[in-house]
Amino acid sequence: MSNHLYNFTILKRRSFVKKTVLSSFAAIIGTELVFGSKMLDGYTPLVLQDPDPYKMFRKNKDMVILNDKPWNIEAQAHLLDDKITPNSSMFIRNNGKTPENINQKNWTLTIDGESVKSKKTYTLDDLKSKFKHHTYQLTLECGGNGRNEFDPPAKGNQWTIGAVHCASWTGVRLRDVLEDAGIKSNAVYIGYHSADAHLSGDPSKEPISRGCPMSKAQQDETILAFQMNNKDIPLIHGYPLRLVAGGWPASVSGKWVNRISIRDKVHDGTKMTGTAYRIPCNPVAPGEKVKDEDMCIIESMPVKSLITYPKTGATINNGKSLNIRGHAWAGELEVNKMEYSIDFGSTWTTCSIEKPINRLAWQHFSASIKFSKIGYYEVWARATDTNGTAQPMLLPGWNPKGYLNNACHRIAIKVI
Amino acid sequence: MIDNKEFQKKIKKAENTAYLAMLFTSIASILLLFAIYDPTFSIFENKNPNLVYSDIDEDRIEKGIHVRTGLIDAEGLMTVVNNCTNCHSAKLVIQNKMSTESWNAAIKWMQKTQNLWDLGENQKIIVNYLVTNYPATSKGRRMVLKDIDWYTLEN
Repeated sequence: MSNHLYNFTILKRRSFVKKTVLSSFAAIIGTELVFGSKMLDGYTPLVLQDPDPYKMFRKNKDMVILNDKPWNIEAQAHLLDDKITPNSSMFIRNNGKTPENINQKNWTLTIDGESVKSKKTYTLDDLKSKFKHHTYQLTLECGGNGRNEFDPPAKGNQWTIGAVHCASWTGVRLRDVLEDAGIKSNAVYIGYHSADAHLSGDPSKEPISRGCPMSKAQQDETILAFQMNNKDIPLIHGYPLRLVAGGWPASVSGKWVNRISIRDKVHDGTKMTGTAYRIPCNPVAPGEKVKDEDMCIIESMPVKSLITYPKTGATINNGKSLNIRGHAWAGELEVNKMEYSIDFGSTWTTCSIEKPINRLAWQHFSASIKFSKIGYYEVWARATDTNGTAQPMLLPGWNPKGYLNNACHRIAIKVI
Repeated sequence: MIDNKEFQKKIKKAENTAYLAMLFTSIASILLLFAIYDPTFSIFENKNPNLVYSDIDEDRIEKGIHVRTGLIDAEGLMTVVNNCTNCHSAKLVIQNKMSTESWNAAIKWMQKTQNLWDLGENQKIIVNYLVTNYPATSKGRRMVLKDIDWYTLEN
């Protein structure tokens, strides 16, 4: 009996001590990590509010941070080599503050607006169980990708080439949900509303609330996604629900969506009006003033391509051929010709380009290039869409906000 | 019967002693852990980060750069820091190289849509700081590839 008791006590004590040790470890080491490291470093007091974005968003260390309030991070061409872009290489474009403490069990999506037959609210489970699921690979490019090249410069985040990705999105068709709520015959546009907060902290302001015409909203590939690359969407990319409208400025693909309004007019939410995501309806000279009423909303993105392999700056031996590859996309259209030039456009060589895996997904090209003599080269890539429109070698038409720069991408090569 | 009661009493006593022993052992282990990981018992000290950082100059300058924001140390710096880095990062300021006219337009837009306050006399100081320290450069229709990081490609 006493023996039994002894054992019992020992066991109990062991478990108690073990728990104590573990919790003390957590408490003491945790505390030491949070405060101690600061005291040792001495000079990074902002780290407390400024966690490592690469860890926080699980991004490749070669991603480039343009802005940390709000978060704006872009890829480099060579990081986009995958056929399906992984989270680690996806650009981040935020307009406001990322929502916090999202509980997907309580998340709802409301369909309202002047042109809804009956306002309806769905839980995430409703959406997942009521409607058929679809998966598409969709190209999302920021309208301002390439802004840094415009002269005179345009205000905003100075994106170079990395604000594009093509991930795989799974969700339900927006059309199915809109039809379930009922669309009145006078419907013109949809506008999304999201859970992110305005930078100024003003709760009456939305950081961004954009949308698209009914025709785009009702396409097969326009979906309300709850998965990205077969997993829950990462918070920074819109968890738990994102509108995804491939081929249009990525700002149409609203993150953290909790309401969609069916409008009887062009949606007039934040960044739909004025000069935001608009270009002059008629071409203008660089630097020219354009009145708001002469600015038109950007719809489909233009034809474009990226050389994702090799990384720019490759040195190769004379006599070796250079294998290149990359992706090309054309907004609502398809790319049907891909060419490269190693003599600044004097001659172009056609190379192979694959069909897209589905409409609005980027396409993959590859080529093997031979150089006849040593020296400095640039490999330029040029895509042509199904309308016969090709990428320009020079900057396309200047516009006040620096949108739609689809000039040819190039990489530097040395043959030695 | 009596033996049984006696026995139970003893057990009770043994149990109490055991609990007491457990308590002391726990205290001892906690103290030991502190001795190992936190000999100064800093966990019980004031954790207010402001106090911890009280001796650090938030606005110190290193190599001509305001460390906290990355802005160039020049006339008007603190006016820019105090008015332009509350809502957005200084990174947004630094990457934009614009003219006086464009900056004034940007300020007007921020006042209209982003709750920026009236800058009064400070607007001149701010815009002057920006155009002087972050001047627009001419890029033409296409720039030369710069800062190429050359490497050997094995293939």
